[in-house]
Amino acid sequence: MDSFAGRKNIIRLLIGLVGFIYIIRLFILQVLDSTYKLTASNNVLRYETQFPARGLIYDRNGDLLVYNEAAYDIMINPRQVVPFDTAEFCSILEIDKKYIDENILKARQYSLYKPSIFLKQVSSIAYAQLQEKLFKFPGFFVQPRTIRKYTSTHAAHVLGYVGEVNEKMIESNQYYKLGDYIGISGIEQSYEEYLKGKKGISILLVDVHNRIKGPYNNGRFDEKAVVGSNVISTIDIELQKYGEELMQNLTGSVVAIEPATGEILALISTPNYDPDLLVGRIRTKNYNILMMDSLKPLFNRALMAQYPPGSTFKVINALIGQQEKVLFPYTSYSCQGGYVVGRFRLGCHIHSSPLDLVQSIKNSCNTYYCHVFRSILDNSKYPSVRDAFDSWRNHVMSFGFGKPLNSDFGNELAGLVPSKELYDRIHKTENWKSLNVISLAIGQGEMGTTPLQMANMTAAIANRGYYFIPHIVKEIEGDFSLDKRFYEKQFTTIDSSYFEPVVHGMELAVNGDYAGGSTAWRAQIPNIIVCGKTGTAQNPHGEDHSIFIAFAPKDNPKIAIAVYIENGGFGGTWAAPLAKLMIEKYLNDSISQPYYEDYILNAHLTIENAKKSKYME
Amino acid sequence: MRRRVNIWSDFDWVTVGVYFLLVLIGWINIYAAVFNEDHQSIFDFSQRYGKQLVWISAALVIIILVFSLDVNVYSFFAYVVYGLMIFLLLAVLIFGREVHGARSWFEMGGVRLQPSEFAKIATALALARYLSSYNVQINTFKSYWRIALIVLLPSLLILLQNDTGSALVYFAFIFVLYREGLSESILLFGFFIIVLFVLALVLEKIILIFLSIFVALIIFWILNKKLKNFIIALLIFTFSVLILYALNYFLNLDLPTYYIELIALGISSITYAYLAFKNKIKHVILLLMFLYGAIIFTFSVDYFFHNFLEPHQQKRINTLLGLESDPLGIGYNVNQSKIAIGSGGFAGKGFLRGTQTKFDFVPEQSTDFIFCTIGEEWGFIGTSAIVSLFLVLLFRLIIIAERQKSTFSRVYAYGVLSILFFHITINIGMTIGLMPVIGIPLPFFSYGGSSLWSFTVLLFILLRLDASRFELLR
Ligand SMILES: [Zn+2]
Repeated sequence: MDSFAGRKNIIRLLIGLVGFIYIIRLFILQVLDSTYKLTASNNVLRYETQFPARGLIYDRNGDLLVYNEAAYDIMINPRQVVPFDTAEFCSILEIDKKYIDENILKARQYSLYKPSIFLKQVSSIAYAQLQEKLFKFPGFFVQPRTIRKYTSTHAAHVLGYVGEVNEKMIESNQYYKLGDYIGISGIEQSYEEYLKGKKGISILLVDVHNRIKGPYNNGRFDEKAVVGSNVISTIDIELQKYGEELMQNLTGSVVAIEPATGEILALISTPNYDPDLLVGRIRTKNYNILMMDSLKPLFNRALMAQYPPGSTFKVINALIGQQEKVLFPYTSYSCQGGYVVGRFRLGCHIHSSPLDLVQSIKNSCNTYYCHVFRSILDNSKYPSVRDAFDSWRNHVMSFGFGKPLNSDFGNELAGLVPSKELYDRIHKTENWKSLNVISLAIGQGEMGTTPLQMANMTAAIANRGYYFIPHIVKEIEGDFSLDKRFYEKQFTTIDSSYFEPVVHGMELAVNGDYAGGSTAWRAQIPNIIVCGKTGTAQNPHGEDHSIFIAFAPKDNPKIAIAVYIENGGFGGTWAAPLAKLMIEKYLNDSISQPYYEDYILNAHLTIENAKKSKYME
Repeated sequence: MRRRVNIWSDFDWVTVGVYFLLVLIGWINIYAAVFNEDHQSIFDFSQRYGKQLVWISAALVIIILVFSLDVNVYSFFAYVVYGLMIFLLLAVLIFGREVHGARSWFEMGGVRLQPSEFAKIATALALARYLSSYNVQINTFKSYWRIALIVLLPSLLILLQNDTGSALVYFAFIFVLYREGLSESILLFGFFIIVLFVLALVLEKIILIFLSIFVALIIFWILNKKLKNFIIALLIFTFSVLILYALNYFLNLDLPTYYIELIALGISSITYAYLAFKNKIKHVILLLMFLYGAIIFTFSVDYFFHNFLEPHQQKRINTLLGLESDPLGIGYNVNQSKIAIGSGGFAGKGFLRGTQTKFDFVPEQSTDFIFCTIGEEWGFIGTSAIVSLFLVLLFRLIIIAERQKSTFSRVYAYGVLSILFFHITINIGMTIGLMPVIGIPLPFFSYGGSSLWSFTVLLFILLRLDASRFELLR
């Protein structure tokens, strides 16, 4: 019955074989091989982690932005500490007896055997002094590290900062150990994987007097540290710097993108901070000060602030209207100072009437877009307003609204494009009418967009129908390439032919004459056709926010820009000239009308006055 | 009534002796591994050796419990226990606590239990029950399915807990199946699949395709026994590769090299299949199926690896296969463990004299790397003694297994043997750099209640069955 009984011998043989091999292996390892033996005179091994230098960060033109500087941590190995001359130790390191006692205790509590940091980031002078006398202080040794340095005080939000890993990070990723540094925001965070490099380890023989006798086993078990890869940002630091200087007195955000690639040329959020504040021993203290600041300098408005798009959104409705075949270039509506239906009234400013599509953008006519928006929603092609609304929403979202753009920033806000369900809830019925949501016609109401999304929309218009996902890194040195999503065209749902009248309207909004109703004449640049659109975001908490979007030149655009100035009022006043200066700086590297610089730098005085007078009313 | 008295005389005292010896030596080494000047009392329950003492005492209670149960309980409730274990493995996925990245622990009032440790016992019982049931033939498709289900279901659930090591243990049951008569061709097929799997990750696609074709041709030669047919097949393939390369080069098609190879393979295999059909050459279709199967399998492994696995999972597999070095992670542990064992020399440094095997140098010193402490403090004398002790245990288990009259007991005995053999081989092997680092404990040695208890229950159920071997006849 048991015909496989013979197989027990095969199993016996296998077990015996494994046992035999293991004993032979142990004999080789423990008796024959002398590699692993330690002699009495050098009976302590010290494991020194080799920290790699973090990768450098450059701007798009190869200018260095972030580099490293040497710093020295004093480490302690509690088990090897013996009583020592504390006075001398204190004078070298500029610490007091109390610090020594507290930190030895702390290290002992952490681990008796594992080394931990005793004193962080000692100067190279103190390091040199200590190195000579280290033999007097068994149990202490020096761990060289690097800290971040910045070539300018600019682009803090883009670059991000580096800080110590927290417990949670250590739990989830074996690579990080207590006291290691990690990128916490901006490029430092998103490209941590490449910038961090790879830690190495060297095993040293140390005698009882804390003197290094040399590498253990000629370094056979050492692992060399691998320096982090350098990263080339898409930022043009000159443009970034110029923008930050212009914005220094204002609150708001500027984002500039190269439409042909989606590369972010400048990303400004003010008020900002000096990146040097968040480096080294002063980091924690400064971080808390910045956190408490009521102006929120750590808050990256370009990605995290959400405003209604205002009148800039009219261009989107113009595109959707055409795509849905309810609006044509020749479609014209008359405007008598506002849009009036029964008791409903939405005001407009004074301009010539009637207007066609191109003129409506140039003049930014509210009435025109109320008609356009209602014709989109009341389109008989769809069974109901809700269905037409779904289609409208789908078009809007194809421009990158209502969801994070999936850029290489870790903390993008999604923004808000209202859904039909939201209006079902607001109106407590599914039977709401196009007039109920009419504020969307002019970009007010339940819309929320970030400056990055607005710049991206502008790039999509500049490209006549597609965009590349905005990104902040152009290249990683070494054998790495960016994620492929940054090289894929993201098409909007609008055919490219519908862009021409809209672009023409944007051209006239800037380049028509003021008397002729051009809302953004302050953005004119001699010999360059700038296409732009002003906007004003309603602000329930105070003066409205000033918005301007633009791209230039009209044909083959090189830059698309979105400017938000908080409490700046009408978009044409402050945001448009600021955009003009940025565009001119980028395209020509010279400014044709420098008096605009002072105009912007002093803008805050006017804005403050407007605020005050508002309070007085 | 059963002859209770006889249980004690039929009891395998050799195994019991080895068991207690191993547990005792294990405890001494845990003491040495975590020993430090600040805590010297062996009853210090804040320290691991103190806690282990508690686990050991509890293990004694468990042994008595295992023995006092009726011997038929184990086969009768095998499926129930198995079902319960599957339920617990599912529950731990949802309610479990994550420790070191693996969600495999239940925590109740400060006590942590790892159901995956006990699932091995349930699986061994269920497998024994199935293979001993009336009318079960091992080499039928129905049995293959059921056996695969019994063994791989817990393994899969444990894999989902992110505990790769414990999941791999279930492959040890292959020994049981081998002993019970699993056909050699199935074993060979399984072995072949594993080799292909590893090769798919290690080798470039191009080399892999060439290698598969080469192997297929060699097998063809061996089966066919005619050099002429082999050379014709080789020539057709070489010729199509050359033509395609030339076409690619002169027409600037920019095809990737492995596309060229695949197309060449397609063309030449169709040509050869036609020739073979005309000249009535045997084995061709079978071999072509084998060849294409192998290529598709390796490509899908590659695709799965790069598209479905998370980067950290890829990294772990790469480190296991030695494709990626990880100086501060797994590779570091192995180096440290080799230094520790090697520095022990012939006679060792002496009890508590180890310098490397303090838990600052070798991580997981009292659990997965406990063997290092033995190596450092007791030297080659100690390590060879421990290996020999384990060999005595394993050989003794074969003797026990073979003297069982009932199939249930025999299959279970081989289950116990397989699990222990796998754990011992992998655990000691990884500390001396012969096996990949798979975090599984050394039976009876490693620190930890769950592991000690589960190995104890595993072993003593067998001893209980063995003690009643004259009653259990089927
Ligand atoms: Zn109007």
